Amino acid sequence: MPHESAFALPAGPKTAQTLIAYVEDRPGTLNRIVSLFRRRGFNIESLTVGRTEREGISRITVVVRADDETARRLEANLYKLFNVLSVEDVTHAPSVTREMAFVKVRAAQERRAELLQLVQTFRARVVDLGPESVIVETTGTQEKLDGLVEVLRPFGIIELVRTGAVAMLRGPGAGGQNGAARAEDGVAA
Amino acid sequence: MSSQSAAVQQSKGSPQADPAQKTGAQIVWEVLAREGVEVVFGYPGGAIMPTYDALPGYPIRHVLVRHEQGAAHMADGYARASGKVGVAIATSGPGATNLVTGIATAMMDSSPIVCITGQVPSTALGSDAFQETDITGITLPITKHNYLVTRAEDVAPALHEAFFIARSGRPGPVLVDITKDAQQGLARLESRPPPRSMRRHPIPVASSEAIARAALLIDAAERPLIFAGQGVIASGSSQLLRELAEKTGIPVTSTLLGLGGFPASHPLSLGMMGMHGEAWVNASIQEADLLIALGMRFDDRVTGKLQTYAVNARKIHAEIDPTEINKNVRVDVALPGDVGRTLSALIPAVQAKTRQPWLDRISARRSEAAPRDVQTIPCGGKLYAAHVLHDLWRLTEGKALVVTDVGQHQMWEAQYYKHDRPRSLITSGGLGTMGFALPAAMGARFARPQDEIWVVAGDGGFQMTACEMVTCAQEGLKLNIAIINNGYLGMVRQWQEFFYNRRYVATPLRSPDFVKLAEAHGLAALRVTKREEIPEAVARARAEPGSVVVEFRVEQEDSVYPMVPANTDLRDMIRRPANAFEEE
Repeated sequence: MPHESAFALPAGPKTAQTLIAYVEDRPGTLNRIVSLFRRRGFNIESLTVGRTEREGISRITVVVRADDETARRLEANLYKLFNVLSVEDVTHAPSVTREMAFVKVRAAQERRAELLQLVQTFRARVVDLGPESVIVETTGTQEKLDGLVEVLRPFGIIELVRTGAVAMLRGPGAGGQNGAARAEDGVAA
Repeated sequence: MSSQSAAVQQSKGSPQADPAQKTGAQIVWEVLAREGVEVVFGYPGGAIMPTYDALPGYPIRHVLVRHEQGAAHMADGYARASGKVGVAIATSGPGATNLVTGIATAMMDSSPIVCITGQVPSTALGSDAFQETDITGITLPITKHNYLVTRAEDVAPALHEAFFIARSGRPGPVLVDITKDAQQGLARLESRPPPRSMRRHPIPVASSEAIARAALLIDAAERPLIFAGQGVIASGSSQLLRELAEKTGIPVTSTLLGLGGFPASHPLSLGMMGMHGEAWVNASIQEADLLIALGMRFDDRVTGKLQTYAVNARKIHAEIDPTEINKNVRVDVALPGDVGRTLSALIPAVQAKTRQPWLDRISARRSEAAPRDVQTIPCGGKLYAAHVLHDLWRLTEGKALVVTDVGQHQMWEAQYYKHDRPRSLITSGGLGTMGFALPAAMGARFARPQDEIWVVAGDGGFQMTACEMVTCAQEGLKLNIAIINNGYLGMVRQWQEFFYNRRYVATPLRSPDFVKLAEAHGLAALRVTKREEIPEAVARARAEPGSVVVEFRVEQEDSVYPMVPANTDLRDMIRRPANAFEEE
């Protein structure tokens, strides 16, 4: 993770800020974005990349722990990258945010029933069952995943992977339409 | 492109089946010609040879530099002198990496240049082939954008877009890396190639509410200052700035790169702000109740210690790059967008006023500072750099285009050469690149063939790119080159004097005989050791048809005053001792 920002402005309260960037699916685009975070000292909590409903356009969800002003500057900085088509700050907008995790947990026979009970309570599920361990899969908000990890910890977590958050605005419209012109619109300012 | 040159290419017996097809190399020149490029600065090598081979027949002049850093600075100097895009060309590997300092210089100072580099064939990419380097990776943080082009059909769209990106919005450098097989391959060149990008590039515009709030703050202010940055010059808004200042009676101070955006001879002009800014300016900033910042970015050399910077002032910030707003200084009114457009909206919204008490207060400070000004101190048989710059200003009637290097001489120039016109000072501000001046001035020469140009460089910086003197001779360029030779890396020596107990580590500098060196490179040269010799030397330099080096052997341990040490309150200036010269 990058170092703390060196900027001298007094910081407001830091919260998890979620931005969605629509980017051209070209070699090096992700490199440009990550390089920007690194050199500007933005502290990234998670970053996910994937395809979208439109060919040639990828969608990046990035969660930073920052105050609102820092998030605004991050958004403005992202816009300066020419492969970035548009950016949405969904932190304060009605939206759905989810993250997925696999947790490999020690599961000795005598505690297995207790473990499965917990998994059920969290609406998680077991996707692999071994003699010594199980893999639990879960999807939910960051808080839900944090909660599950905490209750599993006493069993002994062998391995943990989280995907990082993906987010989508509620409502009928598709995101990312503002900045992404059709090709025939050209590059006029 | 004219049909005549097209005929020249066809006559080479190339194996083209379709006459509408061209090689990627030909397309490079076709696109440059379409973009209005008249001159490129470059150095050939293996991976860019197909492009060089295709140059004859196109109406573009190539200037062979002696080091690729010079090519990038020349493109930069051309861009800053003209406002148009400058172009540099280099081969792969070391050719490309030698451009890096020049690209970073252009990035920091928002100068529009396009750098074209050759690259190993696409089949060899990633194999550590001879002279292969990942130049798009290397330049990623120091370009506005860059491209790796591996097919002939991508050359035109990438290059056209590169020019668009370089000059649009906040300008900056763009690099286009073209593999050798893309230069050799064939593609149809459309009369208007389809745009490559799917993205619009809107320039932000300040809202009318923000303009109204800014006008309210301006009308209510009693001690306001206007800050003129390079954005005033880049957006061609000097006249609008003058209208705003004259209507509101608000005095104007400039950043280093903003000098010339507001006439230095104007009664409302205060001079430069910041680390080596005028004492009355920095003191007034700390006392001001409103700062109206136009096209600048509150660099640390401008602000000093942020925690104590202009704490009494509200701030209005007009700036084309939204990432600069609220970056270093928290502002009260943000006016994102083109400075000219913002000023056009703001001027009718503000009240006409005079602010005599505030101006009187600043004038009084100015008078207090006068006895400490080296200009008012007799030379006593010595040659001071500040006197050289002052006399140069007088002798050229302030009308020369001055291109400076980096260091003490740069600050003396900013203080004592009074610029009345935009684009009359070219200097490396943000990156502070030594070796910038000579090649940048050579580039400027192509943009401004009629103007008198003076290079002002120190003995240290000049030696970094002195090899370009012979390029001057080969190309028949007329420049007047002043070397301010104090035998030290002067600015570092000054810091050692002030902050490192006068331990002059690695700053005493032996130089070659600059007169002989210049003559060996085919330039005329003379030397000045006394102030009274300056007028004749300047006259001789101006009369010489070719480039001339004038070496000024100046006082060795003079310092630039005033000085605000790094990260210090602007009021805590180191001043020139008032009696420093009386003792001698």
